[in-house]
Amino acid sequence: MNLSYSAEYERFRAEVRHFLAEQWSDPGGERAASLADLTGAHVRTDARATAFRLLAIERGYLYRHVPRRYGGSEQPADPLKSAIIADEFRRARAPYEIMGQGPSMLVPTLLEHGTETQKERFIRDTLLGTLRWCQGYSEPGAGSDLASLRTRAVLEDGHWVVTGQKIWTSNAQDAEWMFALVRTEPEKPKHDGLSYLLIDMKTPGIEVRPLRQMTGDADFNEVFLENVRVPEANIVGRRGQGWVVSRSTLKHERALIGGAHLTRRTFDGLVMLARALERDGRPAIQDPVIRNRLAELEARLLAAEYHGYRLLTMSARGTEPGLGGLVTKLYSTVLGYDIAKLAMDVMADRGLLAPGEANAPAMGMFGLAYMWSLGVLIAGGAANIQRNIVAERGLGLPRDPRK
Amino acid sequence: MDFGLSDDQFLLKDTIRRYLESECPTTRVRAVMESETGHDPALWQGLADLGVPGLAIPTAHGGSGLELLDLALAAEELGGACTPGPFLACAMAAGALAASDDTDAKARWLPAVAAGRAIVTLALGEDGGVWDAARLRSRARDGRLSGRKPLVPAAAVADAILVAALDDGGPGLWLVERRAPGVDVAPLRGTDMTRRVAAVTLTDAPGIKVAEGRRAIDRARDAGLVLLAADAYGGARRCLEMTVRYALAREQFGQPIGAFQGVKHQLADLATDLEPALSLWWYAAHAHDHIPDRAERHAALAKAHLTDLYDRAARVATELHGGIGFTWEYDLHLWFRRAVFDRAFLGDAESQRLRAADLAGW
Repeated sequence: MNLSYSAEYERFRAEVRHFLAEQWSDPGGERAASLADLTGAHVRTDARATAFRLLAIERGYLYRHVPRRYGGSEQPADPLKSAIIADEFRRARAPYEIMGQGPSMLVPTLLEHGTETQKERFIRDTLLGTLRWCQGYSEPGAGSDLASLRTRAVLEDGHWVVTGQKIWTSNAQDAEWMFALVRTEPEKPKHDGLSYLLIDMKTPGIEVRPLRQMTGDADFNEVFLENVRVPEANIVGRRGQGWVVSRSTLKHERALIGGAHLTRRTFDGLVMLARALERDGRPAIQDPVIRNRLAELEARLLAAEYHGYRLLTMSARGTEPGLGGLVTKLYSTVLGYDIAKLAMDVMADRGLLAPGEANAPAMGMFGLAYMWSLGVLIAGGAANIQRNIVAERGLGLPRDPRK
Repeated sequence: MDFGLSDDQFLLKDTIRRYLESECPTTRVRAVMESETGHDPALWQGLADLGVPGLAIPTAHGGSGLELLDLALAAEELGGACTPGPFLACAMAAGALAASDDTDAKARWLPAVAAGRAIVTLALGEDGGVWDAARLRSRARDGRLSGRKPLVPAAAVADAILVAALDDGGPGLWLVERRAPGVDVAPLRGTDMTRRVAAVTLTDAPGIKVAEGRRAIDRARDAGLVLLAADAYGGARRCLEMTVRYALAREQFGQPIGAFQGVKHQLADLATDLEPALSLWWYAAHAHDHIPDRAERHAALAKAHLTDLYDRAARVATELHGGIGFTWEYDLHLWFRRAVFDRAFLGDAESQRLRAADLAGW
């Protein structure tokens, strides 16, 4: 066990720092943490950010697993270098790899299953955030049980004609394209009848209706598709293979990096909150109950951070993470909820004030974080689905019965 | 940057595990715990032959010169097998002795401990739940010690006891031989029957001062906290494994109970919390020898977190086993009892957290 980096990696870190110092200064400087920081949603894609990303790709710092001809920097896999890059870019508040569903879900899928034309057309702009995607998976009758989706696509004179409804579609209001699972083989059971299509959101027959979530904002949508004509060539992988295609996971190191630092930021914000707010005539942080709960949460947070080191090391050594890789989503989302919940308790009656209300502590961002923490418990595989995954794949317990 | 075990460390764990699988089945654990002393010299000698008590003793004194992490990996395996004996006592006391400047005491005791010929223990805690060096009431004057230590592990089989006490200069550690005049050792029945405790009363007992200042005491306590966390992890993991096996074999309503989501999810939640917790005590052990400014706080947080998880693992395991889990004949209660020791010894989870909060500067 050795927590310092070798000379080779320290040189690499210095090189990255030097690059950042030369090429990026954050005009905002050190800003107060905002909700966008807490949720990691703050992503710049303006011209300056794009120019910077292109330079960083040129230097081999971003999208290291993506070939140069598709807009990546094509570097040999090195989890430690990737961790150093993520760390230094975060510290410099410099535009980093885009975290949205396009780069994280569609790009790996295209790299594995896409045609040459699809790769050349879509990957580069997606990585720069200038081409935005939404994910057309969930339907009103197909949430956790995704394979029972019913949106159908029929092949007619060179086009897939798509009709159906998608729901919980994040960012559909802004996305230029959608990657979607649709049923093309109605006679086949469940998973076997699905195909993976790329749909231009400007195609006639698509209607996006915003859904307000509990925070009051509308970040997700219903998407109605009525006889939407999609060129036949926009299928990824073979017809009927959509389920397999959609399961291309992040087979590169970035999957292991980056979760815990957002939780750390929220926790540090909570400690500041507890110092600033009074409770029974003294700073809340002096209350033994609050101190104990903070310490309990910090132990869990530290465990998550060091677990990240362990997974990184396993990846560098070429060891399969096994159970260790399966638990991270459930662990971090439950922890995120508990941190936000303590913030609500620290605010006590002041937590009644809505975000944006003048006297709301920290501009009410913890109230929003509290609600958001419920959203992430559900998104991308709800907590009980995660429990099934841990139990079945991690512990070898029997699979749930499926019809 | 490498946050993982070395090949030697994997080998160490594997060697200890295989030894315990063959030499320390629960039938033997039960025989030892029902014996008068709770100590099995042959089992301990076997562990000494593998180098366990000497892992962190300097090579100059007959040990392997390794670190707290290596000791903690041994503790994990011993906890997993519910191994009875004086491991924790010896590890804490030998660590404190090794850090002392008293070359005579080191030369006399450390090689003997490493070889399994002598047992040493550390007497820290006092009545009223006191584990803080500044609040000790045991006194040393002119090389004589007086005071009461209500819960000293392995004291009844120890050859020497390192006693934390105060003299006019403040806290320190004194080495007292168990058979010396003025040393009264009263064995006690403990909830955990694999690690016996005794009340030690000192009345003008002769002792040699081997360490000055509270730091020596705190370091020994921190090592103990990490070893308890590692023991807890090993035990909790074992509870989880036993229960998964049982849930696959036991059928009700025409299927293995492990097919019910109520069971699956309880076990998944436990596994989800346990898996990252491993890295917390690894880090705490590593910090003890390499990151001094984080060592004390991490030891406290790791002990609190892991022993809480152990308690939960033992409870979930018992609950999911149903009636059989509540019987004396079934082995689960051995771990349940061990969890009680890990939680209570050296200060409970909430007191560790309050200390960690102080150390954070909150």
